Amino acid sequence: MLIQEQAGDIFDRIRKLSTADEVEVLFSGGRFALTRFANNTIHQNVAEENYVVSVRAAFGGRTARAFTNKFDEESLRQVVRSAESLARVQHPDADLLPMPDSAEAAGLRPAGQPRAAVPTSSAPSRYFAATASITPEERAEGVKKIVGVAEKHRLTTAGVFSSAESLDGIFNSRGLSAWHTQTSAEVSITMLGADSSGWQKANSPDVGKVDPLALAEIAAKKALDSARPREIPAGKYTVILEPSAVLDIVGFMFWDYAGMAILDQRSFLTGRIGTKLFGDNITIWDDVAHPLQSGSPFDGEGVQRQRVGLVENGIVKRVVYARATAERMKRSEYKDKVGPVEATGHGFALPNEMGEMPQNIVFAPVSDPQTVEQMIASTERGILVTRLWYIREVEPFEKMLTGMTRDGTFYVENGRVRGGVRNFRFNESLIHMLSNVEAMSVPVRACGEESMDMVVPAMKVGEFNFTEVTKF
Amino acid sequence: MKHVSNWALNTAALRGASYADVRVVAQRSRALTTKNGKVGSASDAESVGMSVRAIADGAWGFAASAELGRGAVEATAARAVEIARASARVKQEDVRLAPERAAVAEWSTPYKIDPFTASVEQNIELLLKIDAELRSVAGITLAETNLNFNREEQWFVSSEGADIHQTKLSTGAGYAAYAFAGNEIQKRSYPNSYGGQWQNKGYELIEELKLVENARRIGEEAVALHQADQCPEGTFDIILDSSQLGLQIHESVGHPIELDRVLGMEANFAGTSFLTLEKLRKLRYGSELVNVVADARQEHGPGLGTFGFDDEGVAAQCTPIITDGLFTGYLSSRETAHTIGEKRSGGTLRAEGWNRLPMIRMTNISLLPGEKPLSLEQLIAATDHGILMETNRSWSIDDKRYNFQFGCEIGWEIKGGKRVRMVKNPSYSGITTEFWNALDAICSRDEWTLWGTPNCGKGQPQQVMGTGHGAAPSRFRGIRVGSAFKS
Repeated sequence: MLIQEQAGDIFDRIRKLSTADEVEVLFSGGRFALTRFANNTIHQNVAEENYVVSVRAAFGGRTARAFTNKFDEESLRQVVRSAESLARVQHPDADLLPMPDSAEAAGLRPAGQPRAAVPTSSAPSRYFAATASITPEERAEGVKKIVGVAEKHRLTTAGVFSSAESLDGIFNSRGLSAWHTQTSAEVSITMLGADSSGWQKANSPDVGKVDPLALAEIAAKKALDSARPREIPAGKYTVILEPSAVLDIVGFMFWDYAGMAILDQRSFLTGRIGTKLFGDNITIWDDVAHPLQSGSPFDGEGVQRQRVGLVENGIVKRVVYARATAERMKRSEYKDKVGPVEATGHGFALPNEMGEMPQNIVFAPVSDPQTVEQMIASTERGILVTRLWYIREVEPFEKMLTGMTRDGTFYVENGRVRGGVRNFRFNESLIHMLSNVEAMSVPVRACGEESMDMVVPAMKVGEFNFTEVTKF
Repeated sequence: MKHVSNWALNTAALRGASYADVRVVAQRSRALTTKNGKVGSASDAESVGMSVRAIADGAWGFAASAELGRGAVEATAARAVEIARASARVKQEDVRLAPERAAVAEWSTPYKIDPFTASVEQNIELLLKIDAELRSVAGITLAETNLNFNREEQWFVSSEGADIHQTKLSTGAGYAAYAFAGNEIQKRSYPNSYGGQWQNKGYELIEELKLVENARRIGEEAVALHQADQCPEGTFDIILDSSQLGLQIHESVGHPIELDRVLGMEANFAGTSFLTLEKLRKLRYGSELVNVVADARQEHGPGLGTFGFDDEGVAAQCTPIITDGLFTGYLSSRETAHTIGEKRSGGTLRAEGWNRLPMIRMTNISLLPGEKPLSLEQLIAATDHGILMETNRSWSIDDKRYNFQFGCEIGWEIKGGKRVRMVKNPSYSGITTEFWNALDAICSRDEWTLWGTPNCGKGQPQQVMGTGHGAAPSRFRGIRVGSAFKS
């Protein structure tokens, strides 16, 4: 894999080729392999290695970026030329800041106002040699075990077993450099019966923490237990959302926890920071250093990500900021209404329209966690949901979302699971949902398909609004 | 690039592959955006690399590399074969490919103006002019615009002798105006939401779209929505504009006819399909007015699904999907054609780039226009009571593609053949086959537009692909409206 010293040499070559006032170079890429199976057969099996360098040139208040995956002299010359020629024709932007130096990026010598946020504790290593060295044969053996479980239960299985080692790096002409490598292993399994299905997915930087066999057994049990689903009418139900279902739906609000979203008046938090939007039991952090989180500890400008308390006991406390957004916010009409305003290390690579967003969401544990089994036992009539699907925003200010249940939806009555039901369409406000959480489990690292990985609990939610039923 | 392909094919053969193909791809893109009077982003990107797809021991392997030197190419080919042998450890039967004549061909997207030669300064000026028009309307709180150009050059060579050089070009442009007031955010987009209109054309598309000319109207509609009544809830006849109908086709016809979904290959992520194999040529998909084709040929138009050859060397074709309401065809590949009794692939295998495995993708999935002359205004005049809905705002459908719900940016209540009032937050929902059987009128060719959907996601790792959807405004009887907002 490309190493920091090689990237540093490439940066030096780019810097010599550049005529810009300032230059910044981002590196990304790595090795990725994925074994895909369906109908109890490996049907797709891929591997790639690729590295991308992107150059941002800045002349005064003008900036632009160009990308290439070729590192020869002519390609580097061309990518510098592209970035500079695009930058030169921009209109000057008074909000564009000089690139940060290492001290500012680390929060040691703040530019402008001193920082008041909680400093980021150092993230644990997220690189595991055992994950990086997984072979196609080992992934195939993992799949064979999953297929074995399917055949044992007379089911058909589909899914993936992937592994990756990846890098993120940044260098700029003010002396900043930062580098992050990590590995990732992921297993996702669907078990299919004649009229039912079950699903499980897990990932981790450490392949030793992903157990294909255990996941396969849970997915199979869900498929078997939801066989012969019956149709029950749509309506408002108590729901028990497993952690993947929780992350799938709550993920749709975190784009709004951004200073730029407030300034653009596209956030549902506009005018609501400092108010109590959710239940007392909802406390949410963004914390890249959390032991169950993953990802790079610095943002698109190389600024170290801070631990930021977004919601405390249901009250929205603050949002995250890129450097330039923080400076704009300090000059805006909102500056006294949005909590602490400072760069938090959550900016996207410049230039961009979206500014920033929290990407390492951690729900705080509650003092009286319940297991999913305890939630079921205390439910008179409700729906147990494994997973949600195709979620889209219907109304942006009440954060009303629609979507479907999928791959294991069960009816609960008098404290027991009473079998599978046909899948529902929901139309539900996130504000309403997070104001009606009756119980939560211990937060776990969860992954789905609709949002980024998070540390979230299972939730028991009252009055969840199912509006229609589908045919299966 | 022939030497790169030869290195790879020779290595694959030496390692025991029974079939291999090589794609060498060079992609270039430019993206320009503005937001509230400033350039939001400006970027150029290029990506070059090659990949090898190989069958060994009856199973597939795929490997990709950005390095085009001989050592890296041969190592990549060897890796593809090694991966294929690992795949063979878990298989039920050997891969079978439908026969295909090995094509030797050149093909490129017809265009008038290469968009990469268009002045960046002039493009920025155009976007800022649109932005200014949008924000000249009191109440507009956010204006966003975008211009996108893409070029992909591909050399495809197979162990069967295919040798195809193909260059595709696409252009996209659009904008959106947001109005925030009170506790409501309303939005209008042009020519379509989520990036506007995209086609396989050159810069001439930008000139055809009349972007500046429509900006003020779009801004005014976004603001006016705040004063509009909520769309009523109940059962109504609805008329969909052609862009919303294009997305309806994409989600409720295009995806369910993908044969890999039908066969369970996408069950873990994108899902399966209600269109199980026994339904072919038996299912009444829609009313007798419904005729849908999957047409990748240039004569269908400059859609994002138009090409000369797919990414396993099969020439572009037109497949009847729904014929007079009857379900008549799937999207297929060389590997899957035999499952529906076809001797040849339908030519729909495409990859996002050099580092992705080709998979079945929609080409141009289009609802053919009505044969009798019928304009949108005539259709409205012929509607007693209904809701006209324009421009998609939200879309969702279950993983077998039965139950859907769409929201649109703006609606108009029709009474006695006239638009009587604007309504906000219009939405409708239904079951796919019930919905298409409720279609009772399609406007004619002069109202038909070939829309581009640039952001169709599918596969693991996920690939984003452009698809085309031709549609003319159409009417559907007795559709559920507004259940999204039913409390």
